[in-house]
Amino acid sequence: MPNDVAIIGVGQSAFVRGYEGSIRELAFEAYREAMKDAGISNSDIGASIICSAPEYDKQRSPSGLIAEYLGLNPQPTFAIETVCSSSTTGIRVAYSLIKSGLHDIVVVLGFQKMSEISSADSQERMGRGADIMWESPFGTMMPAYYAMHARAHFARYGSTEKDLALIRVKAAKYGALNEKAVYRKGVELEQCLTADVVASPLKRFDCCANADGSSCLIMASAEKAREISQKPVWVMGLGSGTASLTMTGREALDGLNCARVAAKQAYEMAGVGPQDIDVAEVHDCFTIAELMAYENLGFAEPGKGVELIREGETYIGGKIPVNVDGGLLSKGHPIGATGGSQVRTIVLQLRNEAGDIQVPGAEIGLVHNIGGVGIYGNVIILGR
Amino acid sequence: MGFEKFGRVSFTAQTKAGAFVEYLEKGELRGTRCRSCGRVYFPPRADCSFCLSSDMEWFKVEGQGSLVSFTRVNYGPTGFESDVPYILALVDFNGTRVFGRLGKDVPEEQIAVGMIVKAVTSTLPGGQISYEFLPV
Repeated sequence: MPNDVAIIGVGQSAFVRGYEGSIRELAFEAYREAMKDAGISNSDIGASIICSAPEYDKQRSPSGLIAEYLGLNPQPTFAIETVCSSSTTGIRVAYSLIKSGLHDIVVVLGFQKMSEISSADSQERMGRGADIMWESPFGTMMPAYYAMHARAHFARYGSTEKDLALIRVKAAKYGALNEKAVYRKGVELEQCLTADVVASPLKRFDCCANADGSSCLIMASAEKAREISQKPVWVMGLGSGTASLTMTGREALDGLNCARVAAKQAYEMAGVGPQDIDVAEVHDCFTIAELMAYENLGFAEPGKGVELIREGETYIGGKIPVNVDGGLLSKGHPIGATGGSQVRTIVLQLRNEAGDIQVPGAEIGLVHNIGGVGIYGNVIILGR
Repeated sequence: MGFEKFGRVSFTAQTKAGAFVEYLEKGELRGTRCRSCGRVYFPPRADCSFCLSSDMEWFKVEGQGSLVSFTRVNYGPTGFESDVPYILALVDFNGTRVFGRLGKDVPEEQIAVGMIVKAVTSTLPGGQISYEFLPV
């Protein structure tokens, strides 16, 4: 297993509705926590990578502004964007900057202030998340696309709305334990099944919680990590894939091929398989996305993912605990910050610092982070 | 120009595949085929990513298709508020996949993955032009 690059500091703001501050202040919250965690100072940092989905930013080219506010001039800074998977793409870039020898320590800062723009502006941008020539003119939305994936999965494998509801019940149980989660209430099965239909078969509780938030990771070369850190967590494997943005270009809608491609690369690089993963964070922007992730990551055979949730195997104590920090569903999904937050959760798990949600003895963890409706897929395997 | 006539809400006017709208006006749904390597594209494209040729011809998407998946949308984005609910669908016409909407009058209990449909062109309020899927 490669031990070339480590994560030596992690931080995350609380994920909240309507953050009462500017994007620079939001970014600073995660940065301060990560820098204190790493025990280093600004001058130790070689470069910063700033990750956000720019359609939510009023500030043009926010990386310059944020690097200034974090005290990271005159080091290089630049933006990386793959919508909801921006910050794990940032990790991929940071890894290559460090492995190439160009920099020893790199900051990956993800943020999104979803409330920066009005609800009307947000609705307008939502419509343009698809191919604006060929699909947006029909009135497409993210929930509608994932709903079509759900319907295809149901038809092929016999999965049900109740299976999806079970996934939300799990997310809500753990979200209630996470003091940084935006949605901290429990959710009952019946509540999920009788909620407002957003895009059939997806209902209100099948959809993730909107939130403002930031995440920050400090990544370092092996030499620096050993010199500075008492508790480095190593990047064992990285995988990254894509699929067509248009639905017409997809072979099937019952899984995400970008995730399969990314998982295969990450497992090969790490020299481990799905059976070796002790704890996972997967991109549950909608409940169906978590179900597909079980299968696309190899935790279950295609069509057998429902057995994991029906039998409670993705709870703590089960075969493969998934999203025990509440996931995007309950913790919240501030687009540019999400991947970094998932990585933070796994790092804390592997350091045995996860508190109420600690998976006992976790040694190898996995992060699955998806951009758009399966356009971009990143899988990262971490080990202690 | 001209492509802004396609769809309930248009987001872009200019494309080299703009003849698509002229075909819709004649009641035809068409994609493009690369004259150089034979690769077939829907939605239509001006350029072939397989052989890099830009020598394309238009072919008709005809006959019966099978419903790959669908969803009934209850909350639409800006510009679609008065349309909801509507049903988005992906249909497979013998290997050519087409994204669109099912006809407004199709009863929901009749809709299922695998259902056989045809594509017909349609004129929308305001003179916009589109196509929709109807049960056969």
